[in-house]
Amino acid sequence: MFYREAGQFKTTYRGDQAVFPIFQDKIAVFALIIVAYMVPLVANEYWLQAIFIQFLVFALMAIGLNLLMGYAGQVSLGTGAFAAVGAYACYKLTTNIEGMNVIVAILLSGGCAAAVGIVFGLPSLRIKGFYLAVATLAAQFFILWLFNKVGWFYNDNPSGTITAPPREFMGFLITGPRATPEARYWVCLTFLVAFAWFAKNLVRGHIGRSWMAIRDMDIAAEIIGIRPLQTKLMAFAISSFYCGVAGALMIFCWLGSAETEAFDLFNVSFRVLFMIIIGGLGSIGGSILGAAFIILVPIFLTNFPPMIGLDISTALQKHLEEIIFGVMIVVFLIVEPEGFARLWQILREKLRKWPFPY
Amino acid sequence: MEFLESIFVAPFVEMWNYPEFLAELILVGLSTGVLYSLVALGFVLIFKASGMFNFAQGAMVLFAALTLVGLMEHGVPLWAALLLSMAVMVGLAFAVERLMLRYLVNQEGLILFMATIGLNFILEGTGQLFWGSDVKRLEIGIPDKPFDLGPILLNTFDVTAAFIGAALVIALAVFFQKTPMGRALRAVADDHQAALSVGIPLKTIWVAVWTIAGIVALVAGIVWGAKSGVQFSLSLIALKALPVLILGGFTSVPGAIVGGLIIGVGEKVAEGFWGPAFGGAIENWFAYMLALAFLVFRPQGLFGEKIIERV
Repeated sequence: MFYREAGQFKTTYRGDQAVFPIFQDKIAVFALIIVAYMVPLVANEYWLQAIFIQFLVFALMAIGLNLLMGYAGQVSLGTGAFAAVGAYACYKLTTNIEGMNVIVAILLSGGCAAAVGIVFGLPSLRIKGFYLAVATLAAQFFILWLFNKVGWFYNDNPSGTITAPPREFMGFLITGPRATPEARYWVCLTFLVAFAWFAKNLVRGHIGRSWMAIRDMDIAAEIIGIRPLQTKLMAFAISSFYCGVAGALMIFCWLGSAETEAFDLFNVSFRVLFMIIIGGLGSIGGSILGAAFIILVPIFLTNFPPMIGLDISTALQKHLEEIIFGVMIVVFLIVEPEGFARLWQILREKLRKWPFPY
Repeated sequence: MEFLESIFVAPFVEMWNYPEFLAELILVGLSTGVLYSLVALGFVLIFKASGMFNFAQGAMVLFAALTLVGLMEHGVPLWAALLLSMAVMVGLAFAVERLMLRYLVNQEGLILFMATIGLNFILEGTGQLFWGSDVKRLEIGIPDKPFDLGPILLNTFDVTAAFIGAALVIALAVFFQKTPMGRALRAVADDHQAALSVGIPLKTIWVAVWTIAGIVALVAGIVWGAKSGVQFSLSLIALKALPVLILGGFTSVPGAIVGGLIIGVGEKVAEGFWGPAFGGAIENWFAYMLALAFLVFRPQGLFGEKIIERV
């Protein structure tokens, strides 16, 4: 009844190709963004720190990987490494250059990650599919080893960890342990909104279309005049840029300090991969939903038994959590291999006819 | 300059000066390589028959080894424990086919891959839930004594492991070439539809393949477990097997074996001679870099099927 596009006529091509062509969508998205900005007013510190900020960081990373895998069709398991490049670059930039604006530093560190992404994207010109996936694992292991081994990256501090220095932006402390969670939340949210909007625009334009052509069949794409070298490397660069920015935010706004383990294969790369598969390949909104799902499920599983008064040992609980998480993944893949994005589509079709389906 | 010299000159000088050290590293590398091959074999078998990149192979190794050790800790004699663990792996194969594979027919490779990561979690969780997560010693009576072969120091354990690996590979080769079931498996690997149309039951084949992969995992688990104890890190050897796979080609049994040997030797020699220049611990990524460098020249791996692309 409320969700139907009848009567919304498009008289220009611009209008037809808008990011949200349906008026109700536009309203819903803006309302959602406003609600998201209001969240710190009601949520407490634990919720912000443990769930919301983490979710924003991973959603950003998931969008980055989805650009590469969902749109350009290049499988990558090196997400964690690219995020680590962003984090360490940001750390070096802010600690070694006096008076550098932290937002600029975060964007620059995204640039560093993009450069590394291009280097490790080079094999994609020769190899495809799972071979490429395993090749990107080389990036994962090599980069984390490098950051662990070479003291220059963590300013030779004896603990081997990097710690976000306190930095201000427009008079507000936004990074480091003493910044309020609200401020950090708003910074991450702003990044996510801006980058999601940018990604949405990217994929409907020239670049996004050439990515999709490469994904669907790269030889055919080459024949119609899309250059595989530039297109694939561009996908790697932009995806790594997103991951790098998310990595920098991960240290500066979420964890505060971390070692290379925070970026390892299971903590980051596979998790983000799960997010985009469950969210839906080739869907920006899906990446965000998938991130929410993958982050909320373990938290729910941890808190559920005590909630209903069940008292089980931590080890037992950890293993049970693992099993349930695995089962959920398998069941989800069997029931809806195309993810939340597809579920949302189905729901939308239903909504258009609701409440009079005939 | 000094750094470049320590990479490009010094190691070769050392190799020339200490040939025994080099030979020893190569032998150790070969024996590790056999173990990598064992794990990689499990991957290849499943990939060939169902196009599934089975990330859970490492977890299967852990699961099988944990089951064996757990049974033995409860006083079950070795032979009975072996039979029981085999039965468990067969049961696992049936369960996987019945509850998972059946519903995932015709899905994209990536979806199948993610499903096996899910299976990976399930197996790791279940294994540790039943048998605990502390390090366990596996005593199966393989002697572990060093002995001399000319100027080279060898270990009876490594030699035995190499023989076990070789025996398994030969057994598999005979199975694939000579038995009706093996031929059916190869037919399925070549072409699903053609195999179906000559009356090969696909579901039975999948159960068979997963069973074989499970038994290969059990053997790998026994050898690795006897060497370094049965513990959670066993499941991570899946990550060691991946570069072996891309080096040898996902679809080739000989590729898995040769690839494993190359990676094993390369890793040990690199750690021995180039390790000091990099500050050690290069084993983790060296195999990947080696495989990556290799792929640039042969994108389908050593023995993989030639990739022919058409529009």
